[in-house]
Amino acid sequence: MSMEIAIPQTVERENYLNKEYGVWSWLLTTDHKRIALLYLVSITFFFFIGGFFALLIRLELLTPAGDLVQADTYNKLFTMHGMVMVFFFLIPSIPAVLGNFLVPMMVGAKDLAFPRINLLSWYLYIIGGAIMLHCMLTGGVDTGWTFYTPFSTNFTNTKIVEAGIAIFIAGFSSILTGLNFVVTIHRMRAPGMTWSRLPLFIWAHYATSIIQLLGTPVIAITIVLVACERALHLGIFDPKLGGDPLLFQHLFWFYSHPAVYIMILPSMGVITEIIACFSRKRIFGYHFVAFSSIAIAVFGFLVWAHHMFVAGISIYSALVFSFLSYAVALPSAIKVFNWTATLYKGSIHYDAPMLYAFGFLGLFTMGGLTGLFLAALGLDVHVHDTYFVIAHFHYIMVGGAVMGYLGGMHFWWPKISGKLYPEGWARLAALIVFIGFNLTFFPQFVLGYMGMPRRYYDYSHMPEFQVLNVLSTAGATVLGVGYLLPMIYFLWSMRYGKPASDNPWNAAGLEWKTASPPPTFNFDEEPVVTWEAYNYDELDAPPQKQEVTVG
Amino acid sequence: MTGHASAKSPLKMYFAVWATLLVFTLVTFKVAFIELGPFNAVVALVIATLKATLVALFFMHIWHAGERLIKVAVAAAIFFLFLLLGLTLSDYLTRPWS
Repeated sequence: MSMEIAIPQTVERENYLNKEYGVWSWLLTTDHKRIALLYLVSITFFFFIGGFFALLIRLELLTPAGDLVQADTYNKLFTMHGMVMVFFFLIPSIPAVLGNFLVPMMVGAKDLAFPRINLLSWYLYIIGGAIMLHCMLTGGVDTGWTFYTPFSTNFTNTKIVEAGIAIFIAGFSSILTGLNFVVTIHRMRAPGMTWSRLPLFIWAHYATSIIQLLGTPVIAITIVLVACERALHLGIFDPKLGGDPLLFQHLFWFYSHPAVYIMILPSMGVITEIIACFSRKRIFGYHFVAFSSIAIAVFGFLVWAHHMFVAGISIYSALVFSFLSYAVALPSAIKVFNWTATLYKGSIHYDAPMLYAFGFLGLFTMGGLTGLFLAALGLDVHVHDTYFVIAHFHYIMVGGAVMGYLGGMHFWWPKISGKLYPEGWARLAALIVFIGFNLTFFPQFVLGYMGMPRRYYDYSHMPEFQVLNVLSTAGATVLGVGYLLPMIYFLWSMRYGKPASDNPWNAAGLEWKTASPPPTFNFDEEPVVTWEAYNYDELDAPPQKQEVTVG
Repeated sequence: MTGHASAKSPLKMYFAVWATLLVFTLVTFKVAFIELGPFNAVVALVIATLKATLVALFFMHIWHAGERLIKVAVAAAIFFLFLLLGLTLSDYLTRPWS
């Protein structure tokens, strides 16, 4: 025993995790990596709250009768599920966690451009989140996450203004994150890191930041208008006073449709990194993938009224928006085809991140294609506000955004924690998530097409819908297990996982050229980039032997 | 930073802009009491736009911004504002029933 104690331990090198200890070293940190972890804990907390509401919704729909909760409670459940998941989980998920952690490292910088503003953004998120929690605990909101007028302004007695304030404040957190990314990507790239050498994860985050900066102020103004309308009866959305309730929908969706791209674009960035690494190839059509991100960010702003086709907008306007909605599918399709082309003749490895990437490819494609159904003016009349819509956007937001988030968490976990997660469990979890997801949401396509409306808690007049609803609830349970598993083994691996090397995947990119976990300022010396992005052919080339000349 | 140096007396300029904003506010208030029909809103919006432009140009340092990147950012914001207004009007201007 004494011999063992006497053996000198190898000193762990200083990194961002062990440099300082104590609560204040976290709460007052300006290190982008620590702030990313603060966000990780916070959004996971809200993910489980939103998930809890989802569970209650699915339990209510297990039987046709409205027997678990009352109608008003059900309205609040789906409202709070939507608000928490959209504003407090999905929008900050990849940008504020993986983006915060990786953007400075990928461009070769010591930190983000404005480290204090970065910390401020987390505090704003927490203040918004605390107000939202208070709002939920003291009554909640029943309008749906969309706040549609005139119900939100003239009729409901629930806590609209408080929820509005929460989202207003959280919105600034999102704006500040976007601002930090734009400035960092423009100003702080390492020598040699030209725009066309940037990882596509960075291009995706640049596009996301554009939307956050240009779109979020509009939802903030819209929420203020709703609050003013409730308090002062200004008449902006009230036809009696010369206003128009549809104006609210225009303003709301001007942000909230691009908000979908805030969720999906970073996920696309993650998927691009994973597919290149696990096929051991340079991404096919680098520039097409890069500029399709920017195209999605811009076109995403031109399609919002496809949410309003049956709301009474002009048919001529609807024609234009329908056409533009088809157009936004093009850059997404470019990405899917380029990812698929990257796989062609690649040396594909089926590790857990890649399983999530495959899941993303299939589910996002289904979500995207069913979006085209909804962009069609005639078909939309049939499926508007049915479970078809619910299934469609969950395929994008959960099948797309969350799969990308989980894939990215697995891919970069060795870098974040310095530990390896258990690969076998991770592959099992990826499979469970994929199966659970499809079991939950595929039946909803059928339900919606058959005519089951969204936001109904009682379908006892149509008992034939029950079989599909039972399947969906069963799937949600499986999905829940699939989400709990990674949380358990990530936490487990922090203590018991094998130490990760600096580059366990032999991946390209600057973040893999520093230690795992990285030191506080990311690199011991400023990196100089002399290679192109995704140089997997160079990484995998057998080490060149020195030619020996004989004689 | 070069913007600050090139302005002769920033403090004087700020007060001049502030005074102009106050005058515009007063004009908005007074005009609201004159019956102009639909043009009441037009006048109020035009003055509000002028005021916002002044705030952006001087208080937000765009007038003296030397860098092209900042101007691109401003242009992008205005472009997206026009997208919001233009595409919304594509609905309001073509409703056959209104």
